[in-house]
Amino acid sequence: MTKRTAYMNARLLDPANGLDQIGNLLVEDGKIVDLGPEIFIGSPPTAEQIIDCAGHCLSPGLFDIRVQVREPGEEHKESIASASQAAAAGGVTAMCCLPNTEPVIDDVSVIEFIARRAREMKSVKLFCYGTLTRRLEGRELTEMALLSETGALAFTDGIKTLRDPLVLRRALSYARTFDILIVQHPEEESLVDDGVMNEGEVATRLGLAGIPSIAEVLIVERDLRILSLTGGRYHAAHLSTAAAIDAVRKAKHDGLNVTCDTAPHYFALNETAVGDYRTFAKVSPPLRSEADRRAVVEGLADGTIDVIASDHAPHDEDSKRLPFAQAEFGIIGLETLLPLTLELYHNGDLSLLDALAKITSAPADLLRRPFGRLQKGAPADLLLFDPNKPRQIDENTFRSKSKNSPFDKRPVQGCVIRTVVEGRTVYSVEA
Amino acid sequence: MTSVQSAPDIAPYRFPHRHLLGIEGLSPTEITAILDLADAYVAQNRRPDKKSDVLRGRTIINLFFENSTRTQTSFELAGKRLGGDVLNMAVSTSSIKKGETMIDTAMTLNAMHPDVLVVRHPDAGAVQLLSEKVTSAVINAGDGRHEHPTQALLDALTILRRRGRLENLTVAICGDIMHSRVARSNMHLLSTMGARVRVVAPRTLLPAEIDRFGVEVYHDMREGLTDCDIVMMLRLQTERMRGTFVPSIREYFHFFGLDREKLSYAKDDAFVMHPGPMNRGVEIDSELADDIDRSVIRDQVEMGVAIRMACLDILTRSDIPN
Repeated sequence: MTKRTAYMNARLLDPANGLDQIGNLLVEDGKIVDLGPEIFIGSPPTAEQIIDCAGHCLSPGLFDIRVQVREPGEEHKESIASASQAAAAGGVTAMCCLPNTEPVIDDVSVIEFIARRAREMKSVKLFCYGTLTRRLEGRELTEMALLSETGALAFTDGIKTLRDPLVLRRALSYARTFDILIVQHPEEESLVDDGVMNEGEVATRLGLAGIPSIAEVLIVERDLRILSLTGGRYHAAHLSTAAAIDAVRKAKHDGLNVTCDTAPHYFALNETAVGDYRTFAKVSPPLRSEADRRAVVEGLADGTIDVIASDHAPHDEDSKRLPFAQAEFGIIGLETLLPLTLELYHNGDLSLLDALAKITSAPADLLRRPFGRLQKGAPADLLLFDPNKPRQIDENTFRSKSKNSPFDKRPVQGCVIRTVVEGRTVYSVEA
Repeated sequence: MTSVQSAPDIAPYRFPHRHLLGIEGLSPTEITAILDLADAYVAQNRRPDKKSDVLRGRTIINLFFENSTRTQTSFELAGKRLGGDVLNMAVSTSSIKKGETMIDTAMTLNAMHPDVLVVRHPDAGAVQLLSEKVTSAVINAGDGRHEHPTQALLDALTILRRRGRLENLTVAICGDIMHSRVARSNMHLLSTMGARVRVVAPRTLLPAEIDRFGVEVYHDMREGLTDCDIVMMLRLQTERMRGTFVPSIREYFHFFGLDREKLSYAKDDAFVMHPGPMNRGVEIDSELADDIDRSVIRDQVEMGVAIRMACLDILTRSDIPN
């Protein structure tokens, strides 16, 4: 017994193939079986379910590759269930979560636990990273190859920088043996010291300890040197500074196997968002100067930055309603990833397809997943959205357990109408 | 006949702020109003009967999350001389870490209907955060390295009473600018009032983009002090003296400590200020600190009580809702 769903009258957007056309799409048994302007012409679809897309955009669902779900360990901040709901509402059909849970994901059993919880949820696809080093201590490598077989998509010490150059050298070399991707949070901790926001005039005025922007490029440049020695696949997470983006641009030009991502807050905000000690704008790496913000946009436009990931970092009120220095670092992002990425399109910095590629096909290619594109045989992970509808971001509508977003009340354009995972609707604006 | 005196006779002035959280953003008129009122309170404090009834029936709570002797005493005395009821609450940061948050503490106190909360906290912005959660007026008695407005006001009053003006005076602020809330408040106040401000420090003790504050930056004491009217020394925390800010006390004193020889580069009648407590032999020569012809450190303490009386008075007169 097969189940067929026809999506009629949609603006089909497939960034991977440059497709932007009005047409229809047919889903059968959770897979895309046909799409295009011609299908169903002359013969009405014989599907159990027909969805009129009313000319709205139908694209691959978003793949958010940097999410902290806080389960296991900190379920009062977020859980697999609440993060899945937030993802679905944000048009995210797959996410890859960081391994800094409690316990950390450095063991096959934790990966199996997460996979089982995700299956029970029957919602969005949930993947995870494994830790690069045992207990995130930065010394001994984890069983990367075994963890990889169990389902870890790549390896990282999450929100901690792998500091030791020898360990990084061995990690890259060993990972190369198995063609495994290594992801770094690039920040020289000794320069961060007790810093809580970007170093500069704003921090000086507020009397807050600053984090110099070179803390980022120092690690990126060092890592690229090591990468040129070892080979392998290296990915720098959430780049925020012009200098680090430049370093990656040069390395790519030189043929190194490097990729990088950024988060929406690094192109949508600058350090002035901290304003009068707004802890919701406290994030690691910190919001930078306006020149850095523009460099992030430039890096996205010229292809230096491959991926946009939300860097979803939920924190409850008790972790944020504190003096700035004591508050936790982090911003939630699953439910704002789409409209903020669309700002790049509305501002004329990227085409609609190029902007969408950063959150669909590019992350899927990076982590070698078979989704993130509209093509026959691919999983029917779909996003139906209106890219233009004006609205205000409202924290009261967030599904996430935590509300720590500096974007509350921000006027944006674009909203999710329906989110579909393997043919199943997991979010619908009408519901 | 009553021994209780009323408020000094100044023109009625309505201070347009609910709280005093910092100097940044205050206008010259607002600063002058506080200084004028405080000047009148100096006279009251020198009388045998120092008490008035300006704050009779009012409750002032000194809420200190960081140790302080002189600032807390000064606020306490200010409140009592105005006839208010003053309560001191020292909250060690360790008990905060045990569970109750700063905001919980503030809400508890707020329920007791104080009229003014005087708050000191080791974190920048903490006093502002607290002011958003309470119904009383809040005075910032120092928040991290951000601001210490009453210190800058008492420094200004000290200068004003010695020189008769603030505009066109050259003031050198010397020492640990980076970690100093006193330096920040003074930079804002002095430049707002038309003084020329210099900062003198090794580069490790200057915060990023300090030149954006409209101050002249020096790294040499003799150059920085040349033709100055006033030398303002800052306290250097000794734990910052050994390590990566400054290699040693000996080296710091040699190059940045104030002694008579370095002071000789300033104007002949230049005087020396220090917010206290002093590290004798670290940032200032001990004998120079005690020289009543050059050092006005004791004046500063006296002006402190008058300034705090003026701030308590002006904020309790204000009827701006929170």
